[in-house]
Amino acid sequence: MSDLSTVSSAPGGAPKVARISEVVIRIAGNSQDGIQAIGGFLARLAGRSEQEVMTFMTIPSTISGGPSIFQVRVGTGEVLSSGDEADLLVAFYQHSYEDHINSLRKGGLVLYDSDHVEPKPEWQTDYRHLSVPISSLTVEAIGGTAKDKGKNIFTLGLLAKMFALEVPKLERLIAERFGGKDQSVLNNALTAFHAGYNYSLEGVIETFCFAESRKRAAKQVVMNGNEALAYGLIAAGVRFGAGYPITPWSDIMETLRRELPKFGGTFVQCEDEIASIATAIGASYAGRVAVTGSSGPGISLKSEALGWAVMAEIPLVIVDIQRGGPSTGMPTSVEQSDLNLAVYGSHGDSPRVVMAPANVGDAFTTAIEAVNIARKFNVPVIILSDQAIATRIEAFAEPELEKVCQDISPDFTPVPTHKPYDLNAPDSVAHHVPPGTRILDGKYPVATGLEHDEYGHPTGSPRLHLAMTAKRRRKLQALAATLPTPPIYGPPEGNVLLVGWGSSQGPMKEAVDRARAAGDSISCLTIRHIHPLPNGLENLFAGFNHVFVVELNDSGIYGYGQLAGILRARFVDPKIRGINKTDGLTFKVKEILAQIQERLAETTAQN
Amino acid sequence: MSSPLTETAPERGANPAGPLPESDRKPLTKKELAADHPTWCPGCGDFSVLALYFKLIEKRKLWHEKIATVAGIGCSSRFPYFVQAHGVHFIHGRALPFATGISLSRPDLHVFVFGGDGDGFSIGGNHVNHTARKNVKMTYVIMDNFVYGLTKKQTSPTSPIGFKSKTDTWGAVDRPINPMKQLISAGATFVARATHTNPNHLLQIMEAAMDHDGFSVIECLSECVEFYEGAFDAANPRKGGVFNPVPADHDITDEAAAYKLADAPFPGHFGIFYQAKRPTKNALEAGINAKALERVNGAKPWQILQQSFDKMK
Repeated sequence: MSDLSTVSSAPGGAPKVARISEVVIRIAGNSQDGIQAIGGFLARLAGRSEQEVMTFMTIPSTISGGPSIFQVRVGTGEVLSSGDEADLLVAFYQHSYEDHINSLRKGGLVLYDSDHVEPKPEWQTDYRHLSVPISSLTVEAIGGTAKDKGKNIFTLGLLAKMFALEVPKLERLIAERFGGKDQSVLNNALTAFHAGYNYSLEGVIETFCFAESRKRAAKQVVMNGNEALAYGLIAAGVRFGAGYPITPWSDIMETLRRELPKFGGTFVQCEDEIASIATAIGASYAGRVAVTGSSGPGISLKSEALGWAVMAEIPLVIVDIQRGGPSTGMPTSVEQSDLNLAVYGSHGDSPRVVMAPANVGDAFTTAIEAVNIARKFNVPVIILSDQAIATRIEAFAEPELEKVCQDISPDFTPVPTHKPYDLNAPDSVAHHVPPGTRILDGKYPVATGLEHDEYGHPTGSPRLHLAMTAKRRRKLQALAATLPTPPIYGPPEGNVLLVGWGSSQGPMKEAVDRARAAGDSISCLTIRHIHPLPNGLENLFAGFNHVFVVELNDSGIYGYGQLAGILRARFVDPKIRGINKTDGLTFKVKEILAQIQERLAETTAQN
Repeated sequence: MSSPLTETAPERGANPAGPLPESDRKPLTKKELAADHPTWCPGCGDFSVLALYFKLIEKRKLWHEKIATVAGIGCSSRFPYFVQAHGVHFIHGRALPFATGISLSRPDLHVFVFGGDGDGFSIGGNHVNHTARKNVKMTYVIMDNFVYGLTKKQTSPTSPIGFKSKTDTWGAVDRPINPMKQLISAGATFVARATHTNPNHLLQIMEAAMDHDGFSVIECLSECVEFYEGAFDAANPRKGGVFNPVPADHDITDEAAAYKLADAPFPGHFGIFYQAKRPTKNALEAGINAKALERVNGAKPWQILQQSFDKMK
């Protein structure tokens, strides 16, 4: 965290310039204030400036209105999480000020709209206050008809001045954003921006500038996790999808609906979740891996059809953007509590693959990998992302699209004969022969949910059910053998190993950095392949006294969360324990550090 | 992070000598089309629908590989196992969305869906509505026997009031669905009614349904001799009933007239009740794609993606 408090302002003189390495800015207002837009601009600017950036936002679950925040952390070093505490709080309303002052670190700066916020005297000592009549100045700049509109861009102007941001680049971003609309909209936006930028901060505060960032080899792109996932699917060659709206999955289907026609593909909005997975499986069966997705409630509804795809051995990608559960739960909050549903959901023994991207850039990569695993093993693959990855904006190295984009067009070359469920196939994987393919011996397959013989015809044979159940499981065992053992972050031996997945990765790595800096013996690893697990984890665990699994779900009846439960079942090792929480927010670094201390204290107490 | 698996799925077996050109292929025979021996009870009406499906394929020179036969769950939904062609036996009630996935991604295939009254009007009822509304190109034959047969005689959504089943031992009390009305109001663009005891008529209707550009549905009465024997005798002249064709002067493009025709008490009329020309979902999506493809002007997929990425910097 950088220090915005050490440089005192120079009364009457030019503002001092302080050099900082990073800053965490939290903007709090209402959902209609366009504060997401400010965050988006800052994130994009940082991406273009080769800085690391990570954002965090909460969207109210009400349709319009209600408090909304956007937190952006911009830095010249590696940014792993959105930051525990803010250096700067921008508060548009009294409730923004009162609800979020606690997110500001002691000595941090609160910039408030004096038209709406009455500062509290008792907070003046702990936090520096900066009063700007944002609403009235915006109205003054662009005219009264705009009402509350434009405050966000005015504020962006203020921030641009405070942090010496590159004005031409910001103007370009504003033009890109508003350029498509009426010219007057763009003019108003630029007027508001300049009014904010030219507001006299002199004599009030110093300005800051970022330390030189290290030059990056690759260019960065800036997007949120759902965008990265959707574009990853397109790069992977997916050209058909089907879905039903649900937060926070919906914007993946919106992106695919908008983008796929450019690639000759189609995304269908279906009547319900079950129809969506059925339609996607139908398209997959027809020859090209298709995608469906949802969030928890929808995944529950899709479970029966998912089991069919396992039984019929049809490749499919299913996206689950996890949110707080159970039931309707907390639709706009984050949780990692669908892991058991993803791994086991559906009746019977129904082995499927589950992968979890660990950050925004990884969502793109995971989508491609998921498609290829589905095709190679004729199995449904669940991509288990979460609300935090879905909605946060990150900059990541731009993938080499010409290299990663693949063509997965179906092959209709006639085959002499075909057994869709060949028990002697290598690794138990027989290849799906889509309709349209002539089979020269005249024996055509039935894709079926009934237990079947090698041609797909129903059987009640105990021997065949045993053999086919084993076949479906063996494919996953064959896959596990090909998965790389995840790298350990930090030394391969020590006292504590943290194990995380999904959006826990960032704060977990930062916790390791901080604890190691304080002299602790600690490392971490991220599991991307949840099911099957990669081989060799036991060797990694062997190097540590304690293994703590960091996940956003309940610590359960027996004291550990969902991934920890699977790891304990797999390795029968009581040193695997849980670091859990269920407040609907991403882990803060200090929360992880505190729980490590608690777990270690429990051990000491027991000994 | 590990890099994605970039290898493509392995190639299938060596390319065989190659098929005969289409023009040299003889129409498929019943022998070439028959797969498993049907598991239906002797005397079941479904045999007749299967025999006529074979006849349709033979008559219209369809090839094995160009047909997708899709079904849900139920006695009639065992259909795909008995047909030697690419087949799908999906889950209960969801055959239509599955077939939608095939239809929308594969314009080269003939998509046929077979199912019963439970599949179509109960568990899968809403899918019928939406497939009809969207006018997805496929042919759907509902083999309606007015009873749950596979589970051994429970009330079905088309069981008449008073029908004694294991779930209504005193006789069914719930108003049955009127399939014709349901389908017409849902927006199906081809709605017809047939019965298994009049094969010539059924074949004629199946051909018309196949030729219809859109979602074509046939309700075919198909007697369950085990659990609802004699249910359709009133429509069978050989059993003393009457086969009433749709009147010659009925205007099949008149939705209100079709609806009125469906009001006739059992056994009602047989034939095409309603047919409309409306763009299919297949055509509408193809139109959206043609416009989008025009705009990208022949760019390769990675280049199109690059354009999107360039806006996110």
